[in-house]
Amino acid sequence: MHDAMMMAETISITGHGGDQIEAYLARPLGPGPYGGVVVIHHMPGYDEGTKEITRKFAAHGYLAVCPNLHYREAPGASPDDAAAVSRAQGGVPDDRLVGDVAGAVAYLRAMPASNGKAGTIGYCSGGRQSFLAACSLPLDAAVDCYGAFVVGSPPEGMPLKVGPIVHLASDLSCPLLGLFGDDDSYPSPDQVAELDKALTEAGKPHEFHSYEGAGHAFFAVNRPAYRPEAAVDGWQKIWDFYGRYLAG
Amino acid sequence: MCTYVTEKLAVEGSGKGAAGWFGLTEATVYFDHPQHARAEHTLNIDFLNPGQGASARVAVELTADSARALAAAIESALAAVPPGLL
Repeated sequence: MHDAMMMAETISITGHGGDQIEAYLARPLGPGPYGGVVVIHHMPGYDEGTKEITRKFAAHGYLAVCPNLHYREAPGASPDDAAAVSRAQGGVPDDRLVGDVAGAVAYLRAMPASNGKAGTIGYCSGGRQSFLAACSLPLDAAVDCYGAFVVGSPPEGMPLKVGPIVHLASDLSCPLLGLFGDDDSYPSPDQVAELDKALTEAGKPHEFHSYEGAGHAFFAVNRPAYRPEAAVDGWQKIWDFYGRYLAG
Repeated sequence: MCTYVTEKLAVEGSGKGAAGWFGLTEATVYFDHPQHARAEHTLNIDFLNPGQGASARVAVELTADSARALAAAIESALAAVPPGLL
């Protein structure tokens, strides 16, 4: 553990289109080498809970950066206000997401303590975006926590610019860990099975775990959806997975 | 789950936010995870004026039952308005 020797701060990184965007960096203070993790926040935004997750990666020996995906819409606004603006404007465009994650990955890999490896993890809408980034960028590991609409189309009339991306499975650049809840509807167990099948057919290394008695957002400690047993086991799966593909 | 379901409409009126009253230009209505309410999903309404920045927002998060009751109350109140005022 590195929790007695770590620091966290707000930084600026170069995102999609050369834009400077806000990001939250947490890192161990030792010389490394450490693997890098891009934390992709959920739809409610670049919030306190996501920053806590980012610090958790540093405490476990990773360089971690969480880009504020809503920064352009609402610089300096509170996370909930910024998320509301983003939602009203149709959400984060996929190409911009990939560009912002690419910027965060470049930042991590350029850090003196980096071991050159970088991965992603995302929750909720960020789960889909973690998969999207891993299919679009050269990465070393990716984690998808209950990302909706990797498989399946959003409801009719939905203004958010989100479509299925399961067809990208053959482009996946790294091993994928998927953590899901059996009681979730988006993604449903059938949709998780379809993604599993697509990855298997494409010959892509992946491991999926779906938890009984858990639904969407079971990692969110400040929400009624929190399921301690699933979350504790899920975190262990994440440490094992990143330990194999990102650490050292 | 994230429903992502969002309705967006133009509105005219005023709302009182953290910095006081401001004119409203649009509203979004969606059923999704709340920021604050102690429920897994709520019917959320944001009254907005994007021209005045992200914090020009009045937000409510209601249980589905509360939201339906509110919608019915709005219709009842409007139906009771004397002729000629609408």
